[in-house]
Amino acid sequence: MSNNNKTPRIGFYVCHCGHNIASVVDVAAVAEYVKTMPGVVISREYKYMCSDPGQELIQSDIKEHNLNRIVVASCSPLLHEHTFRNALEKGGLNPFYFHMVNIRENVSWVHTDKDAATDKAKDLARAAIQRVWFHKPLEKKSVPVNPDVLIVGGGIAGIHAALTIANAGKKVFLVEREATIGGHMAMFDKTFPTLDCAACILTPKMSAVKSHPNITLWTYSEVEKVEGYVGNYKVTVKHKPRYIVEDLCVGCMDCIDKCVFKEAKFSDEFNQGLGKRKPVYIPFPQATPQVVLVDPDTCLYLKTGKCKQTCVEACDRKAFDFQQKEKFQEIEVGTIILSTGFQPFDAKRLPEYGYGKYPNVYTSLEVERLVNASGPTGGEVVTRDGNHPKTVGIIHCVGSRDEKTNRWCSRVCCMYSLKLAHLIKEHTHAEVYNFYIDMRTPGKGYEEFYDKLLNEGVHFIRGRVAEVTDWTLSQAEAGKLIIRVEDTLIGAVRRIPVDMVVLAVGLEPHHDAQDVRRLFNISCSSEGFFLERHPKLAPVNTFTDGIFIAGGCQGPRDIPDTVAQAGAAAAEALALINAGHVELEPNTAYIREEDCSGCKSCLPLCPYTAITFDESKKKAVINEALCKGCGTCVAACPSGSIVQNLFEDEEIFSEIDGLLKFDFSCCKPMEVNHA
Amino acid sequence: MPDQNPTNWEPVIVAFFCNWCTYTAADLAGVSRLRHAPNVRIVRIMCSGRVDPQFILTAFAKGADGVLIGGCHPGDCHYSEGNYKLLRRVRLLNRMLRDMGIEEKRFRLEWISASEGDKVKSVINEMVAQVKALGPLGLPKQYEELDKELEHIEQQSSGKEAHSHVG
Repeated sequence: MSNNNKTPRIGFYVCHCGHNIASVVDVAAVAEYVKTMPGVVISREYKYMCSDPGQELIQSDIKEHNLNRIVVASCSPLLHEHTFRNALEKGGLNPFYFHMVNIRENVSWVHTDKDAATDKAKDLARAAIQRVWFHKPLEKKSVPVNPDVLIVGGGIAGIHAALTIANAGKKVFLVEREATIGGHMAMFDKTFPTLDCAACILTPKMSAVKSHPNITLWTYSEVEKVEGYVGNYKVTVKHKPRYIVEDLCVGCMDCIDKCVFKEAKFSDEFNQGLGKRKPVYIPFPQATPQVVLVDPDTCLYLKTGKCKQTCVEACDRKAFDFQQKEKFQEIEVGTIILSTGFQPFDAKRLPEYGYGKYPNVYTSLEVERLVNASGPTGGEVVTRDGNHPKTVGIIHCVGSRDEKTNRWCSRVCCMYSLKLAHLIKEHTHAEVYNFYIDMRTPGKGYEEFYDKLLNEGVHFIRGRVAEVTDWTLSQAEAGKLIIRVEDTLIGAVRRIPVDMVVLAVGLEPHHDAQDVRRLFNISCSSEGFFLERHPKLAPVNTFTDGIFIAGGCQGPRDIPDTVAQAGAAAAEALALINAGHVELEPNTAYIREEDCSGCKSCLPLCPYTAITFDESKKKAVINEALCKGCGTCVAACPSGSIVQNLFEDEEIFSEIDGLLKFDFSCCKPMEVNHA
Repeated sequence: MPDQNPTNWEPVIVAFFCNWCTYTAADLAGVSRLRHAPNVRIVRIMCSGRVDPQFILTAFAKGADGVLIGGCHPGDCHYSEGNYKLLRRVRLLNRMLRDMGIEEKRFRLEWISASEGDKVKSVINEMVAQVKALGPLGLPKQYEELDKELEHIEQQSSGKEAHSHVG
């Protein structure tokens, strides 16, 4: 490291970013402007600063011109700050003698007036030059990474990620809020485009999760609280009472047979309400774990306290425990993967399609259960009024690509509609109509599947359906549903009578996605799915280090993409674990003891209780291990005795001066003395 | 200093955006190419709780025509509650700014989450239009004149001291 860091020798680099910046900002003018500023030794423009030659330019200039401060004006620091800090380090300079100016996201991409954009770029550059005068060398804090991983959500994403990590020899806690893992995939009959049975490919993975020595599976449990930071999270998990001691139940289901309710009479959630279950039940035959649960809303004993409890008598293993309460358990993990999935669009929100009004209008998920051999009808496609449909209409984009509900394309509905069309035809030989806006079949073998369906004689009508009614016009139409649609390929409005309507509902964020997001301190994008750190380059990372996302919680996606993303999230977690430690941003705060008046104003401000009071010295003390670097205490200290690294008062004040073209050299000393 | 000629005068607004929500939203506005007025200069801080009232006063004193702060929505702060701490300071500061004769519309606090790129655009456009309508604040020039006046008074008073009365 250079010894003469006291007198800044600044290197300034402005990036063209191809045309991204240079087409709006006059980069040559910015470089020329900065050249004259105090302390600037080198001021250059370059096509791609983030490229290897760009970084090498910085490194060679550091050596050749003995630079001790670097400012790069390019894209957002959230994207490339670490790239340039690494370049400084390679050039032999402390990486924190660096400041980045955002003239792409904040300037060239949002402004069209070239003069105004160039002026703004100059102001921002000037601010950075003045700021970097006050930068200090800092050491990165290194903390160990706990090798255990928490995975939240046991659908196919969580299952795949858990198995990947467990197979790598690391411990996984898999937390699922339902009574079984499997998620939506467990409900499907077959998967497109290969038409292999969903259960056949999923259930082996489910039992592998249950039996894996490295996986602790907690179903019917929810994450209650998350504290800590990357590598060192402390998580509280709530176990909901299933009124069964999980370790004792072997899933023999004798209790279900012996329940005082002889007939199953309560709506079966797993079968979308198309089947019935008893108060003591197992969600579906392959549920994992194979443990029954008792529904407190329908169980006579739990509701009224009065019941013969024939179920308890039937249990040889004494697994029933009606006194069970919520239990809380605290675990420590280093990384977290969120794979909490999606919810299907509620078709009742579009009353023109008659869902909930006409019994023969179904959602796609209901039809998945109807065509499923283990479903409520044993795979027989029979409508709610007991008939076998002869004509079926599948309406695409219900709750997708719609200004009134959800604007996004749910990506899977075209393909699953084709699959359902095929399966319905196979089961019933019915005439099947698909009403679509555009057929979207990108994916390996997907377009070929569409071709296959065209050859199978499925009808395709291009147009968004206006309404589904029971307004029949003739005796022949009696009992049918009428689909009214503008066929945009022939340019006419058509009435198509059908026996059954299937609504291809879209995918949307869970109703409580915002609560989950807050719990884990991550962000959501505008539609409510969890926000990735970068849409292309960091698709499974979040803005909170050590927390990754995979599957439908990040956006609508099909099974292959979900599994790929789960693998990526697992790899990211393993990368952190394998490194063994993680470097934290050294932006923590410390107290200049000689200036502290001992007023204690800062103590109640810290959300992490990192500040304590040393009674013997009558001074506040910051525990840097607990400090997360928000700077709230710094702003509040009346004596200015708290300093936040990287965001020191002098640094920010000189940045403000620079932005406002306030003359810096006349009011600041040329020599900066470091404490 | 900004051009004081009212016909081509453009206001300068200094903004303090928190790293996790509003700065990310500004990045999103960029990625989404949401064009907006070029008058705002952003200072990135980790949390809106880091905003010291002196930052705001300094910005005004050194020529800003407006100051904008962007933080996470209440309940969403990356550091739990930094935005609440800021809010308390802002309430006090508002009274002070009013007493100083700085119009209310020149200082604005907005909660903008990481997904609200469009809000960055609309808030900036709206604020620039409002500050434009108010005209330049020009505190540095005012201070310069005040300094001159003070100097003048001092000179006069030292001259008149012998004659007991100050004019």
